[in-house]
Amino acid sequence: MSEVFTKSMARNIFYGGSVFFFLLLLALTFQTHEAWPERDNHENLTDTVRHGKELWEVNNCVGCHSLLGEGAYFAPELGNVYQRYGNSTDAIKAFIMSRPKEGIPGRRSMPQFNFDDEELEAIAQFLKYASGINTNDWPPNIQG
Amino acid sequence: MKYESQSVAKLYFIAAIGLFVGQIVFGLVMGLQYVMGDFMFPEIPFNVARMVHTNLLIVWLLFGFMGAAYYLIPEEAETELHSPMLAKLMFWVFLVAGALTILGYLLVPYSTLAEMTGNSLLPTMGREFLEQPTITKIGIVIVALSFLYNVGFTVLKGRKTVITLVLLIGLAGLAIFFLFSFYNPDNLVKDKYYWWFVVHLWVEGVWELIMASILAFVLIKTTGVDREIIEKWLYIIIAMALITGLIGTGHHFFWIGAPEYWLWWGSIFSALEPIPFFMMTVFAFNMVNKRRINHPNQPAVLWALGTAVMAFLGAGVWGFMHTLAPVNYYTHGTQITAAHGHMAFYGAYVMIVLAIISYAMPLLRGRKACNSAASQVAEMWSFWLMTISMVFITLFLTGAGILQVYLQRFSDEPMSFMVVQDKIELFYWMREGAGVVFLIGLLLYVYSFFIGGEERTVEEKV
Repeated sequence: MSEVFTKSMARNIFYGGSVFFFLLLLALTFQTHEAWPERDNHENLTDTVRHGKELWEVNNCVGCHSLLGEGAYFAPELGNVYQRYGNSTDAIKAFIMSRPKEGIPGRRSMPQFNFDDEELEAIAQFLKYASGINTNDWPPNIQG
Repeated sequence: MKYESQSVAKLYFIAAIGLFVGQIVFGLVMGLQYVMGDFMFPEIPFNVARMVHTNLLIVWLLFGFMGAAYYLIPEEAETELHSPMLAKLMFWVFLVAGALTILGYLLVPYSTLAEMTGNSLLPTMGREFLEQPTITKIGIVIVALSFLYNVGFTVLKGRKTVITLVLLIGLAGLAIFFLFSFYNPDNLVKDKYYWWFVVHLWVEGVWELIMASILAFVLIKTTGVDREIIEKWLYIIIAMALITGLIGTGHHFFWIGAPEYWLWWGSIFSALEPIPFFMMTVFAFNMVNKRRINHPNQPAVLWALGTAVMAFLGAGVWGFMHTLAPVNYYTHGTQITAAHGHMAFYGAYVMIVLAIISYAMPLLRGRKACNSAASQVAEMWSFWLMTISMVFITLFLTGAGILQVYLQRFSDEPMSFMVVQDKIELFYWMREGAGVVFLIGLLLYVYSFFIGGEERTVEEKV
């Protein structure tokens, strides 16, 4: 780089640019908070759903599945599993309950978590709640 | 080595390499589970192997960054480290906390680990990359603060250079943004949004400052180019990193419940994110071309050039490929993401840590400038084995990803996830094969440290 462009100019671009764009990120984040009530399905965030999220976390479901496209890519997307299973929480529960303890020879298989009825309901309700979030029409189709 | 206290870096580098080997072994386990679904099930299910793989990566890179700081800060500041004792103590604290966490993942069910560590008091577990028990996270904060105190006071009492300043800003940012890992709201949308304040603002933000400053240090040492020129480059590179990367966070907000305008903000700014990586490539090659000395440590120069090129390809090109919202609509959360993740992390962060280790380790081991010719040849072979196999891992995952996107999301009759996974199995097998070559390269890298022989001569003027 030529001498016309000095080190102090580069330094000023760094400090000025970083501070400006960090403040812009904060401003957009503030605006995002304003927009959320319309989109984030918080009205369905019940105590059962909260418990479901806790179970989702302490069993590390995101270690195999993705949720709204984030997580691991080893097992199906679950952000729209409620719709994929015919808008039925019972179908979700039945699937989770049906997993064989020792897996399936040669195949990927979800572990058997031995959830009780209340836990199964909580997880299913959590996935139903997640499916109600406005995701700008993602995923492209029911397969996730 | 100019200052006695730089020697603490050696511990950090050894631990980093050791954990790197562990990371790759578990990567191979996961790769096999992709094609042999019941491999090690139910003893080590996929999610456990994945936690070990990703958490070991993060921990060993942090060891590498801290080792780099302990090595280069005394030399830049021209003074001994504030407290070598504290640095050694924190090394053991971090290593033991890390080892216990990994053992926890492997030995007990994750939900039991959550219960044992009192996760319900402050739930932070079970989110991707932030799976560590809350007490481990608190431990990380303590280690990070002690570390910042230690290097911060070293810089305060010594010479202040642009390299140390940028490194400190990057490391302080790393510690600050990690605090968002303690914020886990019930509202899934908010949880996801702020999760990116750790993950994106680390790897596409402050870590780039760390990478650029370490690269600048290695280039000053191995090329002898005037510091003024290197510092000017450093400033402009990190300026572009943050100018593009901060709003570039928006490319993660497309489909998680954030408003639609993020499709524009995220697409435009993240499309610019390759710029700082491209500049790093131009910078590294320019400095080597303008070198005033031929440094006898050839692998260090090779890693420095390699990290710039591979970071540009992995983070820049492979990132750009799926960052525009209309493209990302189809590729989000597929093997395309995995392909990008692998090459970006290897190129930007693995290779920069290996560059500083390559430069510093011979000096830390009491050699004049570098290892013997035989050792250098082995190390350079390991560079090519690991780098080329990572290119193939990325290409195979990209192939898998393109097919997955087409079959599952784009064709007229979309197929279900598991059906598609069976159809793209061949690519997973080839990825696993490339992974085995990567491990061979890594083992050769480790072996190169044990090759003795006569040192090469010291540096000469061009």
